[in-house]
Amino acid sequence: MRLNPLISSVALATLAFLYLPMLAVAVLSFNKTRYGLQWSGFTWDWYVRLFNNPEILEAARNTFVLALVSTLIATVLGTLFAIALERYPWPRRVQGFLENLLYLPVVTPDIIFAVALVVAFGAFRAVSSLFEPGLFTMILGHVTFQIAFVALTVRSRLKSLGRELDEAARDLYASYGYYVRRVLLPLLTPGIVAGAMLAFTLSLDDFVISFFTAGPTSQTLPLLIYASVRRGVTPEIHALSTLIFLVTVLLVLASERLTRR
Amino acid sequence: MNRLLVWFGELTTPARLYRRGLWFLLPAAIWILGLLVIPGLSLVALSFAERGPYGEVVWNFSLENYRRLLGYGLFGWSPDTILILLRSLWVAFVTTLICIVLAYPLAFFIASRPPRTRYLWLALVIIPFWTNLVIRTYAWQMLLAPDFPFARLAQALGLLAPDSGLYPSPLAVYIGMITAFLPFVVLPLFSSVERLDWSLVEAAQDLYASRIRTFFQAIWPQTLPGLTVGIILTFIPAMGMFVIPDLLGGAKYLLVGNLIQQQFYASRDWPYGAAVSLGLMVLTLIGLAIYRRRGKDVDLV
Repeated sequence: MRLNPLISSVALATLAFLYLPMLAVAVLSFNKTRYGLQWSGFTWDWYVRLFNNPEILEAARNTFVLALVSTLIATVLGTLFAIALERYPWPRRVQGFLENLLYLPVVTPDIIFAVALVVAFGAFRAVSSLFEPGLFTMILGHVTFQIAFVALTVRSRLKSLGRELDEAARDLYASYGYYVRRVLLPLLTPGIVAGAMLAFTLSLDDFVISFFTAGPTSQTLPLLIYASVRRGVTPEIHALSTLIFLVTVLLVLASERLTRR
Repeated sequence: MNRLLVWFGELTTPARLYRRGLWFLLPAAIWILGLLVIPGLSLVALSFAERGPYGEVVWNFSLENYRRLLGYGLFGWSPDTILILLRSLWVAFVTTLICIVLAYPLAFFIASRPPRTRYLWLALVIIPFWTNLVIRTYAWQMLLAPDFPFARLAQALGLLAPDSGLYPSPLAVYIGMITAFLPFVVLPLFSSVERLDWSLVEAAQDLYASRIRTFFQAIWPQTLPGLTVGIILTFIPAMGMFVIPDLLGGAKYLLVGNLIQQQFYASRDWPYGAAVSLGLMVLTLIGLAIYRRRGKDVDLV
């Protein structure tokens, strides 16, 4: 296919436009001045300070714990849900209801999702103080949107597997437990890993749901960046953002690799 | 029901299958029902309640929140809330439109790369989409700041007062929104463009169709499936977006997402917040309905 040079240049300009913000942040993270946007020399200083800033380290720890715990829970629940959807002969109406349940967290606008969680935790708080805003409520919230993404990924893998291996296992007198452990789960592993990576990245990346469910002691990195934008950005935040950008790129590339295999 | 059936090589009955299936099903189903579906539905009830003096919810039936949503406040009628709702609809519409216009060249460009590098180019579109939205948005704040080249250029051209920046402004909101949502249009569009039947384009050219006519009659209809997905993926989240208008729009350019956020934070008025959320839901559904009708028209052409 031959392309009009005008179209190519518009495309390249658009792509540059997408990268301009990140490029600016990365450049400024190596800038010597603390204030202003003028370039005054190269320094690694802001990266060094980053690792000596207790507030940022605390937020990084929270982000990681939140992503890890919620991904573990969502991976288990999402995988089970995908198996239930694909491997059980539910009546048509039940199946339709379950499909809706699966797509609902994906299509609900972020902010309405967050508001629903706020209302839910508000009601639960009347029962137990466990539901005070904090890391626990954030984990519950993140799992709620992650389940759907894990289930969708695992499900597409289940669909592509077909039923021959299942039937062969059962014909050879595998019990259901043995079949799940030794046949189904190993076959599903690539899908489960891909789903878990997707869920993990989504959790790291999430702002809106964290913003609405976080408490005073459960600041995560996106929340910290948002708060410091309100206070006035420091070059440390540029350095932090650049690091987050690099980590995300690595995660995305790794999960691409895994899913393609 | 005790009829026997063979299900994935297992001789069993439906009753037994259902009993075991529930163990797989219930954990996730209860989780989503309890934390999303039921709270979401309870927003309807909440929107008819009242705010107590300390920001608590008082369960008195009232239509007050909906009156406020239509603009009737303490000081008589004002168009503020209606303006916010219409503005959200408009911003989402313009964002989607510009994203489409920019996505076509990019999708064709990627599709025209040799297969070996094609996925590299595609990855280049995906990477910004995976970068945290807060980071991308504050980066635009800097790029549009008074002493950055863009604002300097606008100042030199007399479009902007000296020493003022390009944000907060509607323009900044549009720029932020477009960069945030462009990948959502490019990716599905690319999958349609990749499968394009070029013989139709050649046929159109053989019959001396103009370039514009070739595009609209031989290319555009073939890309509609991808475009549809792209529009839905952009329009719905753009309506409820609150990070971008919050950081780039300033206090004068509020969108419905900001209004909802205010009710659950500063003003602690959950019932009104619930009513606004439902308003956003309705707007989203209206947008989808209009789009569907338009989509049908296009199909007929």
